[in-house]
Amino acid sequence: MNAHQSLAIGQRIETLDAISPAATEPDAMVRFEGISKTYPAYRGKPGVNALQDIDFTIPRGSITGVIGRSGAGKSSLVRLINGLEKPTTGRVIVDNRDISALAGRELRLAQRSIGMIFQHFNLLSSRTAADNIALPLEIAGWAKSDIKARVAELLALVGIADKHDRYPSELSGGQKQRVGIARALATRPSVLLSDEATSALDPQTTRAILDLLANINRELGVTIVLITHEMSVVRQLAREVVVLDAGHVVESGQVADIFTHPKHPITQSFLAEVIGDSLPVSLASRIMPAPAAGGQAVIRVQVRGAGAGDTLVARLARELGLDVALLAARIDEIGGQHVGSLTLGIPLGMSSSEDAVTRTLAWLSQYQFPAERLGYVA
Amino acid sequence: MSPELINLIIQATFESLYMVGIAALLGTAFGLPLGVFLATSRKGELFAAPVVNRLLGIVVNATRSTPFIILVVAIIPFTRLVAGTSIGSTAAIVPLTIASTPFIARLVEAAIREVDGGLIETASSFGASPMQIVLKVLIPEALPGLLLALTLAVVSLLGYSAMVGAVGGGGLGDLGIRYGYQRFMPEMMLAVVVVLIALVQLVQSAGDYLARRVNRRLRHR
Repeated sequence: MNAHQSLAIGQRIETLDAISPAATEPDAMVRFEGISKTYPAYRGKPGVNALQDIDFTIPRGSITGVIGRSGAGKSSLVRLINGLEKPTTGRVIVDNRDISALAGRELRLAQRSIGMIFQHFNLLSSRTAADNIALPLEIAGWAKSDIKARVAELLALVGIADKHDRYPSELSGGQKQRVGIARALATRPSVLLSDEATSALDPQTTRAILDLLANINRELGVTIVLITHEMSVVRQLAREVVVLDAGHVVESGQVADIFTHPKHPITQSFLAEVIGDSLPVSLASRIMPAPAAGGQAVIRVQVRGAGAGDTLVARLARELGLDVALLAARIDEIGGQHVGSLTLGIPLGMSSSEDAVTRTLAWLSQYQFPAERLGYVA
Repeated sequence: MSPELINLIIQATFESLYMVGIAALLGTAFGLPLGVFLATSRKGELFAAPVVNRLLGIVVNATRSTPFIILVVAIIPFTRLVAGTSIGSTAAIVPLTIASTPFIARLVEAAIREVDGGLIETASSFGASPMQIVLKVLIPEALPGLLLALTLAVVSLLGYSAMVGAVGGGGLGDLGIRYGYQRFMPEMMLAVVVVLIALVQLVQSAGDYLARRVNRRLRHR
């Protein structure tokens, strides 16, 4: 115990040193340095390498999405940030402090500056909304009168001041998550971790909760780390994104960059969730492998970038002199960038000539729009 | 029934309530912490101490599998040491407490284990110490279950207290055996049984009522 304590004190000193302006990296709120996390074999179950070679930074004041399929290691990753889990190797620096080296009382003090919200809200059923929010303050040893004032402030902040005396069983899912958010913010944390916080909510409530989180980020300057398997959450809220697959970071950066030019198949599959890569059923059923006289060739064009697709059809029609038909289209905005696809019908004429198709594909490749021929319709 | 007999019944009822009341209090005082520890000390849990957990589990099981009447006789020297005598209601409290402690501990363990593990993680996430988690999360959240457990323990203790009557412990069981059985007074036996049934009903209803009142998991108004 003594050796342990002196170790903690030593680290404390190191921490104080690290706060000196010279050593501070002002834009990093969370830094993963060479992280791996292995769960040892237990009762006949083999060990699991949950995370490997994790090195990235979460900028101060950002909203960073961590997206991945189930089992990608998202939950482990987020629990490293607030010290609920310890890395097997490497360090996790939160607000210039090596949280992975803290234990006991030191860790508990540090945890007060890191809030967390959960998929299933995790409210105490025996406490009212107000008393749930008061819990972290009681644990931090606040005076009763201070708690009362702070709780009222927080209830107003999350927009449920009238639910003060309600028990969780009397609240809707969205209201419960608002209580969860207020509770997480109670001790004025600098980081808010969200573990699939909207996965149990309907789309409308999800939107409202994400708006609330955006407000909190803007007004309180709290860095938000969003763990999610839903692309729509990242798209609506995050500016930065980290794509996690099988315990590795496969891509990371600005949401707009990553999703306009997705490299990894996992990233591409997440993108497909938003923009959809399947054709309308009635169109798909009409597509044939061979051209028909008077029919159209079906070409799909990928659209990426700011305003990229705006004038594409008009320019194509004008410059090539073709009556281009728009058969299907889906364009969405991710981080201010257009992302989507247009499905065009290129007229073949009575002679079924491929000439128009060849010219169209050449034109598209000249302007660097990825395109593919899907087939023909009559 | 003569006034003397009715007086005997009243007096025996109070003896039973005294034995059961004190034994339930002591049993809870020992059984609650023991139960909380059993529920939180397996590998990876709040107060992880798997070896101690297993040893305590064995002791608890051993005590629970000893028939109560044998336990009473077996610990007479200990009872004499604690209570100064092995006869009477006060002495009977010793075996009653020893029998109810592991019983209550197991019921408490079950009630605490019912609490959603996510709540422990949540409290840890905002820096609660293990003790704070027990006092502010586990026990309040398990309260309805704990009240029902205590009710069950008191009802069982009423049954046990009738048994200590057989070895000079006083109370309703004693009265039933001495008057109802040995003096062959069936009306006395009947009266004792009726009083016991009424007591059990009363305790169970009170326990159910309290458990329902503190249960906020259900919508009620």
